[in-house]
Amino acid sequence: MAVVEEIRPTTDALLKTKAPKRPANMGQFLRWFFLFLGGIAMVMPIAFMISTSLKWPHEVYNLRLIPEEPTIENYTYVLEDGRFYWWFVNSIIIALITTVCNVIFDSLVGYTLCKFKFPGRYIVFIAILSTLMIPTEMLVIPWYLMSQQFGWLDTYWGIMFPGLMTAFGTFLMKQFFETVPDDFIEAARIDGLNELQIWWTVAMPLVKPALAALAIFVFLGNWTAFIWPLIVTNSVEMYTLPVGLSSFGDEADVQWELIMTGAAISTIPTLIVFLIFQRFIIRGVVMAGLKG
Amino acid sequence: MKLYRDLTIRQKHIVWAWAFLALPVVFYTVIRFYPTGNAILISFQDWNLLGSRTWTGLDNYIKLWNDPVFWQVFRNTFVYLLLGTPVSLVLSFIIAYHLDKLRFMHGFLRMLYFLPFMTSAVAMAWVWRWFYQPVPIGLFNNFLASIGIPQIEFLNSTTNALPSILAPAVWAGLGFQIIIFMAGLRAIPKSYYEAARIDGVSTWTVLWEITLPLLKPTIVFIVVFSSIGFLRIFDHVFNMTTNNPGGPLNSTKPLVLMIYQSAFDSFDMGYAAAQTVVLFLVLLVVSLIQLRLLRDR
Repeated sequence: MAVVEEIRPTTDALLKTKAPKRPANMGQFLRWFFLFLGGIAMVMPIAFMISTSLKWPHEVYNLRLIPEEPTIENYTYVLEDGRFYWWFVNSIIIALITTVCNVIFDSLVGYTLCKFKFPGRYIVFIAILSTLMIPTEMLVIPWYLMSQQFGWLDTYWGIMFPGLMTAFGTFLMKQFFETVPDDFIEAARIDGLNELQIWWTVAMPLVKPALAALAIFVFLGNWTAFIWPLIVTNSVEMYTLPVGLSSFGDEADVQWELIMTGAAISTIPTLIVFLIFQRFIIRGVVMAGLKG
Repeated sequence: MKLYRDLTIRQKHIVWAWAFLALPVVFYTVIRFYPTGNAILISFQDWNLLGSRTWTGLDNYIKLWNDPVFWQVFRNTFVYLLLGTPVSLVLSFIIAYHLDKLRFMHGFLRMLYFLPFMTSAVAMAWVWRWFYQPVPIGLFNNFLASIGIPQIEFLNSTTNALPSILAPAVWAGLGFQIIIFMAGLRAIPKSYYEAARIDGVSTWTVLWEITLPLLKPTIVFIVVFSSIGFLRIFDHVFNMTTNNPGGPLNSTKPLVLMIYQSAFDSFDMGYAAAQTVVLFLVLLVVSLIQLRLLRDR
């Protein structure tokens, strides 16, 4: 008797939960289906860019995603010309140097504002914070005049100087240095390390994930930067990839397979980096987005 | 060196701190603050780069006020904002909300949605520009033709061009917003949902009464972040309309493009600087209003 009574409610409960389970699974399938369709739609522009860059001119205007006779002719043509090669090298150099500078200086300033007590700290903090409100577009005219005056037009330095330090990076790093215990720094001081050594050998290794997040953001930002390089460069050899692609697109006019090749050349490197470090980059984006 | 050794620990710290900050302070002064002041100064001057700079008081601002192109541009800039921000906010929330509840192929789908964020705006502007071309070139119109729907003029029409240019900008930003939304959704304690389930609350009520209110900080961040982006739109417009930047008939021209043309096509530096001051004020006011509205409710 007792056994039966114990079983009955459980079977009831089982039946109850089982009944609505089928629609729930159906719902889950629909959810997956629509998200999948949406995801495919999201990458379609990228897929068509790459597929068209592998097509012969006569095939360009059909709707096939997979080229009938794939060719790398467009790539050899575009690269033989040499300009994309320079632009690629320019973009790499500029993005790398800017990234290294940001990683060093933003973290140094963030660390100082976080771990030192000194007169003027609050003023420096507020001053740097306030630069977040100033849009780049407001500064390009004075930067241009400055570059003209000092002969920085059309040089790497001219392209790079506005972005060597950023307030965003400084605050990101400051937030993360808050998580480094003061005891570690105190212990290092007792061990006789000077402040520069403490920052570099004790504090910096503890915020490596944040440094990586910052590096990703700065690199991507400079790799895709357009308006300032467009203004500051005049000669074709000094263009960065986006500026070069923009001028190339105008010149190639209706040869869309060549334009797609150029677009692919400037997009594929970041896509590959993303596919390799996917988890890492997404975590970095969340960190930068929520803390910065 | 002896001087340094005689300092107290506190004084040594001050020396180190300022030594670390020396270069950055110079940088922020010369590359951020001085140019800001300079831009405001130039906005009260008349200068074409070659001739002399003359003070003109408020003339540039008066000229701006009386310039019909400016008002068109001002309107366009806000259309980008008012269309782009809600659309991308709603889309990214819907996708993040459902993706968060999905286990099967979760990582793969997340990757698909995030991939466009890693592309360069210039490259993708050209790709979309190709999509938008009329038959027999453009992908969209070829597709429409193949299923027998009449052609759509995307970039050549004064009404369609602006949304057409906005689309790739929204597309590229979605992945970032989805990731931020998913992080926000994860941060909501599970116990709230369990309590709601025990009370037998409907999914819809849970969404409106628990999920959305608790996501408010995330929503504020995304709204402010994407608004600033849409108000400063430039790369897409410039590259999709290179034959006639901001066209047709200025119907797609945003403020930043007008600044670029005034400064570097017409070399009217004072006029361009006045526009940058307006841009600065617009960004300031819009961010402050949004923070107010979204924080206090």
